[in-house]
Amino acid sequence: MARRVGLEVSLACAEAAKLANVDVVAAYPITPQTHIVEHLAELVADGHLDAEFVPVESEHSAISACVGSSAAGARTFTSSSSQGLALMHEILFIASAMRLPIVMAVANRALSGPLNIWNDHSDIMAERDIGWVQTFAENGQEVLDLMLHAFKVAEDKRVCLPVIVNMDGFLLTHVIEPLLMPEQAEVDAYLPPYQPQQRLDIAQPISMGMVGMPEVYTEAKKASLEALLGSYDVVKEHWAGFAKQFGRQYKPIESYRSEDAEVLFVTMGSLGETCMTAIDELREAGVKVGSVRIRLWRPFPVDDFLAAIQGAKGLIVMDRALSPGVPAGPVATELRGLLYAKGYHLPVQNFVAGLGGRDVTRADFRMMLDKARKAFAAGGEMTCEMVGVKE
Amino acid sequence: MIEVRFHGRGGQGAVTSAELMALAAIAEGKYAQAFPSFGPERRGAPVQAFLRISDTPIKLREKIYEPDVVVVLDPSLLATANVKAGLKPGGTLVANSSKPVSAVRGECGFGGRTAVADASKIAEEELGVPITNTTMLGSLMKAAGLIKPESIVAPLAERFGKIADKNRRALERAYAETVIEE
Amino acid sequence: MADEGLVPWRQLALGMAMPEAGSAKRFNTGDWRGKRYPVTDRDKCIKCGLCWITCPDMAYLPDESAEGYYKWDSYYCKGCGICIAECPKQAIEWREEKEEDKYGPACGS
Repeated sequence: MARRVGLEVSLACAEAAKLANVDVVAAYPITPQTHIVEHLAELVADGHLDAEFVPVESEHSAISACVGSSAAGARTFTSSSSQGLALMHEILFIASAMRLPIVMAVANRALSGPLNIWNDHSDIMAERDIGWVQTFAENGQEVLDLMLHAFKVAEDKRVCLPVIVNMDGFLLTHVIEPLLMPEQAEVDAYLPPYQPQQRLDIAQPISMGMVGMPEVYTEAKKASLEALLGSYDVVKEHWAGFAKQFGRQYKPIESYRSEDAEVLFVTMGSLGETCMTAIDELREAGVKVGSVRIRLWRPFPVDDFLAAIQGAKGLIVMDRALSPGVPAGPVATELRGLLYAKGYHLPVQNFVAGLGGRDVTRADFRMMLDKARKAFAAGGEMTCEMVGVKE
Repeated sequence: MIEVRFHGRGGQGAVTSAELMALAAIAEGKYAQAFPSFGPERRGAPVQAFLRISDTPIKLREKIYEPDVVVVLDPSLLATANVKAGLKPGGTLVANSSKPVSAVRGECGFGGRTAVADASKIAEEELGVPITNTTMLGSLMKAAGLIKPESIVAPLAERFGKIADKNRRALERAYAETVIEE
Repeated sequence: MADEGLVPWRQLALGMAMPEAGSAKRFNTGDWRGKRYPVTDRDKCIKCGLCWITCPDMAYLPDESAEGYYKWDSYYCKGCGICIAECPKQAIEWREEKEEDKYGPACGS
């Protein structure tokens, strides 16, 4: 039986890696990810986790060591944030191209400059196209659950791709909250030991990380792309298996009070919770508003998203990062493109909020709704507003 | 849902106070959140920590702007840190001070329900250090309830090990010595 | 588009790995060689092995039939001349190669 515990979410994340019985952890500490790897280092040092902890000299080395250990057939975990994730950048593409099932927890934090250690999504939005499966957690329980699910998906023979579990830095990582900690036996039943499809083995040598000449690069990218797109079914299948094992049900897109909603907020990560409470308060005042939350970001669950917004007369898309030089944040740009491609004529108002640790409150949601409804009524151009900029 | 804001100085354990209360509430089957004022924490600098306790799941990730209770771990902050900011008119101020309630009210400008204990003195006598976090939990529990007194025992033992008993004594003394004026 | 892919994408190994070990052995770098090839004068050779060490294509290997000497392999030598430059006794010299001699008896094996 699972135990109900109060735990800092970072520690829950590290405990999930322990429950997954990882073989190798290679990571470099960076705020706000630090507690995750600190705790794993302790677990290894104290003999509670039989794994190699590789104390590397940079994040570039961390992910490179992960590529090596995963290629050798070890269940491999790392974690980073912001500048650290950015320093991993070039290797992230290599990890997915080599089809290595590394799992990484990203404690989302703003990219400098100016130097800022607080939460937003600019770090991960700069890594949208790395070819990894990516999920976003809303709370501590989801961090733990998505971590276990990540290993299951990554190592599935039909996928063989690395997975990132995103969790808002500080807003989740540094919060103590209640969660259900599963027993080792339950996790073992869900997640059996890793059986690599291929690995570096001197008894049966193979070469990995080959040069892709023009004659083969396109085909190699196609193969990786198809693997990522194909992972969608596997992601859902393993969420179904998760529900069976642990009793908690997850979907690629989560809806809240959306049935008769005229306006829907679209959020990612921990913002979804404040959004839900704001919706409850607005509903009490008679406003038909709901929300959809994107849990599976890559591969993007197109059909689930379109099904979730049926009936809505307008969307309010929240971005927690800028995409300078284009008319919207990264999420809104993508969703507007998707809606256009699918023949929808649905207005999308975009708000960029919560940059670099700026709080996003229920009052902000009310303000956004108010502005968006006026814009929808006027039928004007779709805009993007940076919330709370002091003029 | 009850929202509590702790004011302390880096090193006094304001974050630990919030954490211990959250752990005790969770152990009672309640829902709770404890989180620091995110950022670099430097010894001696004014810091804040936050606590939410509720009978139903907490779906909120914003900071606490209108607390029901404010706890001040360091007397010097009463006059300097605007500790009453956002404190609900019917809310409670719990302060560490050697002065009487009237003087505390004068220092911080809050005229509502106020609880005061000389936590620095109690901590010095019971723990031998002026770290007032566990001591002030006794005042908080007396002034605001929030958890059953016995619920704090396990989190204290878990966190403090050998010196848990000393901390418990400090907490109980503060509970007994706290003066509350409506 | 004039360029074509070499292999259908479904047929690529996972992560474009090369599942066969030592396939580079078949790589005929000797084909790149121009109109000359290096020849060692074994009277001048002091068996130091620098040709073997410095050759970028493993075109020199220990000669099993003459201990201490190194055997040149036509299949791998691309004619770069590093061995000629590095030989401390100037024991290796270019020799002109006719097209019909290019694939001599020593082939990758």
